[in-house]
Amino acid sequence: MSNTVGSYTVGDDIVDTKAPSGPVEDRWDKRRFGAKLVNPANRRKHRVIVVGTGLAGGSAGATLAEQGYHVIQFCYQDSPRRAHSVAAQGGINAAKNYRNDGDSIYRLFYDTVKGGDFRSRESNVYRLAQVSVEIIDQCVAQGVPFAREYGGLLDNRSFGGVQVSRTFYARGQTGQQLLLGAYQALERQIDAGNIEMHPRTEMLDLIVVDGRARGIVARDLITGEISTYLADAVVLASGGYGNTFYLSTNAKGSNATAIWRAHKRGAHFANPCYTQIHPTCIPRSGEHQSKLTLMSESLRNDGRIWVPKKKGDTRPPDQIPEDERDYYLERVYPSYGNLVPRDVASRAAKNVCDEGRGVGPGGLGVYLDFADAIKRMGRDKVAEKYGNLFEMYERITAEDPYQVPMRIYPAIHYTMGGLWVDYDLQSTIPGMFVIGEANFSDHGANRLGASALMQGLADGYFVLPATINDYLARGGFDPVSPDDPVVTATVGEVQDRIKRLLAVDGDRTVDSFHRELGMLVWDECGMSRNAEGLRRALKRIPELREEFWQRVKVPGTGFELNQSLEKANRVADFLELAELMCLDALHREESCGGHFREESQTDDGEAKRDDERFGYVAAWEYTGVGEPPVLHKENLDFEYVHPTLRSYA
Amino acid sequence: MNLTLRIWRQPNADAEGQMVTYQVADVSGDMSFLEMLDILNEDLILRGEEPVAFDHDCREGICGACGMVINGQAHGPERTTTCQLHMRHFSDGDVIDIEPWRAGAFPVVKDLVVDRSAFDRIIQAGGYITAPTGTAPDAHAVPVPKPDADSAFENATCIGCGACVAACPNGSAMLFTSAKINHLNVLPQGQPERESRVLNMITTMDEAGFGGCTNTGECAAACPKGIPLVSIAKMNREFLRATRKAGR
Repeated sequence: MSNTVGSYTVGDDIVDTKAPSGPVEDRWDKRRFGAKLVNPANRRKHRVIVVGTGLAGGSAGATLAEQGYHVIQFCYQDSPRRAHSVAAQGGINAAKNYRNDGDSIYRLFYDTVKGGDFRSRESNVYRLAQVSVEIIDQCVAQGVPFAREYGGLLDNRSFGGVQVSRTFYARGQTGQQLLLGAYQALERQIDAGNIEMHPRTEMLDLIVVDGRARGIVARDLITGEISTYLADAVVLASGGYGNTFYLSTNAKGSNATAIWRAHKRGAHFANPCYTQIHPTCIPRSGEHQSKLTLMSESLRNDGRIWVPKKKGDTRPPDQIPEDERDYYLERVYPSYGNLVPRDVASRAAKNVCDEGRGVGPGGLGVYLDFADAIKRMGRDKVAEKYGNLFEMYERITAEDPYQVPMRIYPAIHYTMGGLWVDYDLQSTIPGMFVIGEANFSDHGANRLGASALMQGLADGYFVLPATINDYLARGGFDPVSPDDPVVTATVGEVQDRIKRLLAVDGDRTVDSFHRELGMLVWDECGMSRNAEGLRRALKRIPELREEFWQRVKVPGTGFELNQSLEKANRVADFLELAELMCLDALHREESCGGHFREESQTDDGEAKRDDERFGYVAAWEYTGVGEPPVLHKENLDFEYVHPTLRSYA
Repeated sequence: MNLTLRIWRQPNADAEGQMVTYQVADVSGDMSFLEMLDILNEDLILRGEEPVAFDHDCREGICGACGMVINGQAHGPERTTTCQLHMRHFSDGDVIDIEPWRAGAFPVVKDLVVDRSAFDRIIQAGGYITAPTGTAPDAHAVPVPKPDADSAFENATCIGCGACVAACPNGSAMLFTSAKINHLNVLPQGQPERESRVLNMITTMDEAGFGGCTNTGECAAACPKGIPLVSIAKMNREFLRATRKAGR
């Protein structure tokens, strides 16, 4: 069984036992009231570990500390202010209806369930929409400088293809400003002695005692020291795994180690094949490229997307006459044109490039042309709207988008899959909670614009702080001795792994493996997949992993700042995770969200979902490296938003 | 293009450092400065040498992690972060000096990596608004005049990279600290802690070992986010106001 490519076994169905029943709008209140509380005087006796300091982790750490818990928090960066949430540009949604344009909590809920292509949970999404309103209040109170109108009230814009203006923003730096709000709240609690903050420290394993999460093993990235931290509960807020693809819009250090090692200790991993592809990214310029940079999606409001009609046409764009250009989105999707959703725009770009009509180096790019917009609105108006993006583009490519069309190409941006959690955000390991991008729960198969920031802060400020009490209040936390055999065994495994990595002393760099893995996963498990390609990847990944452990070269020692070792540790995990991603993609024989399964398409080549067979969450249980995992299905019921086909023609 | 790099190598905080010369070949103008260092590091690893340690993360100019002094200038010749500096600004045959941020309050950790935790301590001293979660009034309850909101935003764009400190001959953190104070003090939400904020943050800044300001202006010239020098003057006024109010 274990040597058969793409094999797995099917286990018992999994059920979310924490979500209350009844009307969807009452469920969160019901759960909050039903959850046990911890007496304020007893809270300081509880230690809670939080891994990560982005929007989810930062807001959770600050809130838990404020409630009186003793928080022990970690980030791999030199300061919690640098977590990758800082890079989000667009905005954050909230159902405030400040524009009186018919928005409501129900409408945000509806849009999000539909946007996720009916692969998320109604209860969770409704709660997210409900809490969104409070998030804005909280952030404004913290001094987050959202854009305002002359009357002093908050400004809004429309985003991600929805028909109301519900997105709050702080120029193109919404993520940074929201993160700074959470970071400042965190620093306040650090000063007050409620948070023990460990920057430049990385979680390398989870300590599970008597079936419950009781601590972590972490490495100090400066001294290399391996330490254990024990607590009553562990919260993972360590972000997504988009860097499996090597090239992505994620920060270079973003990694899957915390969630992957927790998965290996028993946490189910849900929907690993769900990765969001963003259509408007600056194309790569060559082999040396280390990461991809996103251009805001708002550019598609005024830019027109085209490629030459003829294959291999290498003329500069201004020498290609109008009748030799193919404005393919306007042609194929006349009613939506250039504003089709992210997954449709991405796939269409890939298709024309695969046909050999792509532009720019390597033929992996399409034009995003502002010539008409400049003619229509004038250069000044265009500069006013998009000036900073044009500057950024010019800095990176040395091309002036006022003179020549921009070139864009899809890129990996966000992962909707992650560790499985129940309504309380608790994983299948009692005492381990997972929040933000690290969990799977709210976005389904696709993610709308401006909803990731919303989820991170909802989980951290409001949801987790309410649900974790219930777990802690139930008690039964016998002290775990640092000499407990489980603790020493876990530390031993972490140390052995590091020793093994350093001992290989091969002839290939970590990055060379990471690049090869990334290319493979992008080709076979990217925005378009088929069974044959996925089987190819599933055959190749174990070989590559084998080669990694034979040939990787990690210089230096484990007892110092060793960035090669950090990378090697993380890439070793990507090499395992990638296999699960491909397996999940192989078993899901439907197209949904941004995941186009070539065998499942309509007559006119659009994605075809299969609710009958795949209307579930796939939660995978680990059984060993390269061993067939166990698939547990969580059935998805839709009582309020009934699944319909998405059509954009 | 082919380049000669002279890079500060220092194995750890206690060791002595020195400039070491390396050659890199076939550098493309489209590479960012950090990608050029990636190439050098790949080469060093395969040759069995220690790669150069440097801080970096988002590589989009927003996380503030990357920072090095290039040919004597913080972040190099262009006014941007090192990750957004591209090699097309250099020429074939150039000799490039690369050093870490130099400031007493930013001790070197290894090679080009420095310890900027003093910035976090300054924020801990008051760089926040005390707003417990879940009790905030409706966001529209407190209108903020647009010019104030814009001014708060301009200051809030500081990414905490430390270029201001590295560029200052006194190693002063006045630009960083003033940005945060001006962000929060201009907002209605920031008023209750307005005085304690500036007093505590400036005290902490001094205690961390940053130098004073002599209006050289190098900080603002080096700031990749364009925080203006006038920010410091505004902070000084806040400080004076708070001192008088506190009756010092």
